[in-house]
Amino acid sequence: MTKATLNMAGRFFILVLVQVLIFNHINFLGYINPYIYVLFILLFPAKNNRTLFVFISFLLGFCVDVFSDSGGVHAAACVSLAYIRPVFLKFTFGTVYDYQSVKFHQTDFSSRFTYFSSLILIHHLILFSLEIFNISKILLILQKTLFSGIFTILLCLIITLLFSPKRR
Amino acid sequence: MQQIINFVLRNKTFLVFLLLFCLSIFFTIQSHSYHKSKFVNSANFITGTVYQTANGIGQYFNLRKENNALLEENRMLKSIVHNLDVDSMQTDFSDNQKFSAHYKFRTANVYKNSYSQSANYLTINKGKKDSIKIDHGVVTSQGIVGIIENTSQNFASVLSILNTRSRINAQLKKTNHIGSLVWLETDSPEFAQLIDISKFAPIAIGDTIITGGQSTIFPKGILIGTVDSYKIDSGGDTYVVNVKLFNDMTNIGHVYVIENLQAPEIKSLEKPKDD
Repeated sequence: MTKATLNMAGRFFILVLVQVLIFNHINFLGYINPYIYVLFILLFPAKNNRTLFVFISFLLGFCVDVFSDSGGVHAAACVSLAYIRPVFLKFTFGTVYDYQSVKFHQTDFSSRFTYFSSLILIHHLILFSLEIFNISKILLILQKTLFSGIFTILLCLIITLLFSPKRR
Repeated sequence: MQQIINFVLRNKTFLVFLLLFCLSIFFTIQSHSYHKSKFVNSANFITGTVYQTANGIGQYFNLRKENNALLEENRMLKSIVHNLDVDSMQTDFSDNQKFSAHYKFRTANVYKNSYSQSANYLTINKGKKDSIKIDHGVVTSQGIVGIIENTSQNFASVLSILNTRSRINAQLKKTNHIGSLVWLETDSPEFAQLIDISKFAPIAIGDTIITGGQSTIFPKGILIGTVDSYKIDSGGDTYVVNVKLFNDMTNIGHVYVIENLQAPEIKSLEKPKDD
């Protein structure tokens, strides 16, 4: 139990630092940044205390917010993501989720891809709508969501492949 | 009573979610209102220290470019100094103590710079300890950067001109037509827009735009950029000018923080009029 907790805490800090020090400064084509810290929420064990999980996600978003001077946009996006995650777990992993034994590195690629992309796109949509905060710029919001989303999805899939325990 | 408690217990996840979501929306809205001392900003001890460490490593990669910029600035200053009329330097102002500098310049290093969001901020390594206060101006040798918005003991955050909330008094260099420098097109860090400039102003492409000196923040004549294109705005009375910035906002290392020593005096003079 403690080992898993420590593991989670380490992942939390590493993801926040990597996000604010490296990935916030990529600015591909001027404005496309990947937000890979959502991996923490995506890969959080399915068997958990939901209230605590929502709270930890808030802390995660808040940390990124403090570093990037963005008010509370990351926190809002993270909290919503953590709250709606079970719906998508059930939707993509189906019966496995009912026994609460989803192991992310054991799932097949297609369902993991659906799970990642749906949640990441929702996260980015909330993030950019709050950041731009102007309904008349809806096209800019959608454009940023799509491009940054694709970038994030790709990076998240690559990172999970790189750091997953070895398969036989 | 029992039922209320049961309701809370049953829905505690949803309630926690609602509470935290509202809290983050509150932070977001607060960050959108101009000039409020914000709770969430990167000018605090923890983030400052992290950025300081990262900057300590990253700084070395830009040394060559920084050196060239400093050399260029030195050349410009030298050419001003040596071309000055010697007589004009030795006029009898020197015994008058009141005739001291109006503006105080301090140097600072940029620890964090962003330019891809709609609200961009920089973090610099000087704070209250170095007498940096809110509403000081920030410039580089090439042009304008922004205005100090928050300070902590050792760090300060700067509201970049690439921020939809930024609004800076600016004018044409050749005439005195004034306008406001804002940032409308949130996807290009190379351009800012000059609005509210009278349609009688003789604008031509390539004209230089400078700060207007009507605010108490920047001295008059700090370079901003050149006119790239212009059009009459929808109201028909004013121009909207697209300004190509002199500064490369994506690459800022050393900056100068300007303090207007007369700002309190000017503000106290203007105050009764507002009430």
